[in-house]
Amino acid sequence: MMADKKAGLKSQEYFINMGPQHPSTHGVLRLLLSLDGEIVKKVEPHLGYIHRSIEKMCEFDSYGQIVHLTDRMDYLASHINNEAVCLAVENALEIEVNERIKTIRTIIAELQRLSSHQLWWGVMGMDLGAITTFLYGFRDREMITDIFEETCGARLTMNYNMPGGLMFDIHPDFQKKVKAFLKHFKKKLPEYDQLLSDNVIFRERTVGVGKLSKEDAISYGVTGPTGRASGFSNDVRKQEAYSAYNKVNFKEILYTEGDCFARYKARIDEMWESMHIIEQLIDNIPEGLYREKMRKVIKLPKGEYYQRVETPRGELGVYIISEGGMSPYRLKFRSPGFSNLSALDHMARGSKIADLVAIMSTIDLVIPDIDR
Amino acid sequence: MVFNIYDFTGLTEWIHEGLSRSLSPGLTLVVEWALIGAGLLTLVALLGLVLIYLERKVSAVIQQRMGPMRVGPWGMTQTVADVLKLLLKEPLMTRNADKFLFNLAPFIVMTASFLALGALPFALGLHIMDLNIGILYITAITSLGVIGILLGGWASNNKFSLIGAIRSGAQIISYELSVSLAILSIVVLTGSLQISEIINTQQNGWWLFKGHIPALIAFVIFLIAGIAELNRGPFDLPEAESELTAGFHTEYSGFKFAFFFLAEFINMFILAGVGAILFLGGWLPLHFGIDNSFNHVMDFIPPIFWFFGKIFALILLMMWFKWTFPRLRIDQLLKLEWKYLLPLNLLNILLMAFIAMQGWYF
Amino acid sequence: MNREELTAYIKSLGNTIEVVDEPTQFPTFMIPASDWKAFALTLRNDEKLTFDFLYCLSGVDWSDCMWVVYHFRSTQSKQSIVVKARIDDRNNAIIDTVADIWKTAEFHEREAYDLFGIQFQGHPDLRRLLLPDDWVGWPLRKDYQDDVNMVMWK
Repeated sequence: MMADKKAGLKSQEYFINMGPQHPSTHGVLRLLLSLDGEIVKKVEPHLGYIHRSIEKMCEFDSYGQIVHLTDRMDYLASHINNEAVCLAVENALEIEVNERIKTIRTIIAELQRLSSHQLWWGVMGMDLGAITTFLYGFRDREMITDIFEETCGARLTMNYNMPGGLMFDIHPDFQKKVKAFLKHFKKKLPEYDQLLSDNVIFRERTVGVGKLSKEDAISYGVTGPTGRASGFSNDVRKQEAYSAYNKVNFKEILYTEGDCFARYKARIDEMWESMHIIEQLIDNIPEGLYREKMRKVIKLPKGEYYQRVETPRGELGVYIISEGGMSPYRLKFRSPGFSNLSALDHMARGSKIADLVAIMSTIDLVIPDIDR
Repeated sequence: MVFNIYDFTGLTEWIHEGLSRSLSPGLTLVVEWALIGAGLLTLVALLGLVLIYLERKVSAVIQQRMGPMRVGPWGMTQTVADVLKLLLKEPLMTRNADKFLFNLAPFIVMTASFLALGALPFALGLHIMDLNIGILYITAITSLGVIGILLGGWASNNKFSLIGAIRSGAQIISYELSVSLAILSIVVLTGSLQISEIINTQQNGWWLFKGHIPALIAFVIFLIAGIAELNRGPFDLPEAESELTAGFHTEYSGFKFAFFFLAEFINMFILAGVGAILFLGGWLPLHFGIDNSFNHVMDFIPPIFWFFGKIFALILLMMWFKWTFPRLRIDQLLKLEWKYLLPLNLLNILLMAFIAMQGWYF
Repeated sequence: MNREELTAYIKSLGNTIEVVDEPTQFPTFMIPASDWKAFALTLRNDEKLTFDFLYCLSGVDWSDCMWVVYHFRSTQSKQSIVVKARIDDRNNAIIDTVADIWKTAEFHEREAYDLFGIQFQGHPDLRRLLLPDDWVGWPLRKDYQDDVNMVMWK
């Protein structure tokens, strides 16, 4: 600063477009950065590069069709997205699905959470420059996607849920495979911890970076592991237990630091909890129908329905206003990524470009989820 | 027998005499230059092929995958295919780029690498120029490469490139100090800057072993600072793929990009070479004590294999670092240098000077 | 407070606050857009309410009016309510912003502006969020017509 004044030099803020094609925006997010040298002065997200107007499409689709659209929002948690719409429809019709469906839904949802967090872990390492983690994350995720493929034929956009139950019954090998995966991954997760969590450079890069206080987390509506790392208790699975979550024991992971490392740890711990949940359920899948008897044409009674579920990124809300027809009058998705992204500017101001990348990867953005 | 793999002096003299007999002295020099140039080009081309293949395979092993497997047996000709691809690619340029500087930059980087390569002794007698300030020459020449990076980043007319170039400048200016000081602490022991002298002083043992703890500290600092000077992971901030897309060479394509890419690998080779010369006895075999059977077995391995073996061992170490560690942030990078490495280095030189003065090394 | 007490308490806060009588999931209130800002401040700051978490903000287009539906939760009492701010003039839909009370509203209001054309007065940066800046029309309105991008079958 002193030298600047003496020499009469002026530094100027400049703008840089990070994205829509950029390795660390994980999709087509465009951030307009205002920079002073390396220091981020302002982050302005420009959205909509993958906006498909799913909400408008839903107004013309039947409820069965809407479920398929939700796959394309948060593609790393397609099953949980499906579940949100299915639960909303089932609640509106006052259908209680049987325990078998609930249990299977929960197991698959937790597997999905695991696979999403595995991918996040890999990508997080890559964003910080440790490319190797990317392939490790994908390697273990492969086992889960194989289970999904065997169960319902799809690996990413699963469509396994439908209003009133599931598309198919589980594969006879399902339990065996899931147990094999758990056995494998329990050995691998401590290895992950050794590779990244205890690395000096990694700690330097994440501890104290991108702080988000609890008040701000609540005010910005930051949910999921990102919010819980700031001490904001918001786990829908605990607060409004749906499916089989009221039958299992698990901890809600809470950290108070609110920095990148806390968000990182929250997700790592969540993986342990997910495995714990699956372990409790996998041996006790009750017998029963995999799909309740439903009418072919689903018509929701007039009214408003709101259903929350916990996706790997936070709280997904489905708000349906029905006029009694075959399709909703208005359907709003409260997507977790959208609200989480709104806090990015607040978190990243004053930090370096490299910190911005770290912050973005700990928010765990999925762009189609934000744009819808 | 003119060709002796243990001593190339005979071979070079034979060539020189043969040429002198039929040509005038001036012409002899020109032909010898041409021969050396051709030799270096071949070496660089081969190194490029081998090192890039090695990097891919090493990263593949670390990441538990196969690496290139399709082109040739075990994908061995993958690099050739890549070079062909880069040759055939369109050389793109941003509209308002400074055309002259943009085109010049990769050549500066490449030239600096070539020049430095000339001072490396590959084996006994296989030494292009044995300057009496050889080590100084190498440190001076290798830091010229940053001019190319700065130019390339600036001339691209791209802000990502510019940030990468500025980062690179800050990084090399900082870490140049540590590299030079680490080299100096060995020079304190050898008392000479001439590379052949430095190697000769290690006949009875490498400086890494002879120089006690200060030599070990200097070696570690040399490696850290050297990798930082190479812009290699975990110090690859000028490229910083996840932050700056590709840093200073974002706008380069085709063969100009290949030059930057190749220069990085050649610089890695040079750095490992300097490390081998200073700390690991250059082309000298591993000796313990004087005149025992172990030493004779070691002597049986030709010096050129020793030299390349040491270099590749160091290169493997660097690759291991790159594929394991996350990247540092720019302020942490500078903090590491100015707050930790530099003071440590200065102390280390004092310690080394004290040891040299007392004659406590072997 | 249980649901009845909460409903009664909120009802007592203003004359224009109507309680929606239909059986709903959460206590639901309707308020004219003109009174909304004051009511919002009370919801946030009243010690008995402290609805500090605005988790969903949706615009709804009816043929005669527009709604902005706010879903609130209190992180202290863990209660949820729904407030519907009714804007009577569809063609000139104006409502006060709450982005200064709940920061998350900044993005959600921009989205509602983008898709419904609801003007949020006092919003710090009211621009289109998802659609390109030169887009014409408000796509989520029921009377939106687009022959190119909307494929309809009935």
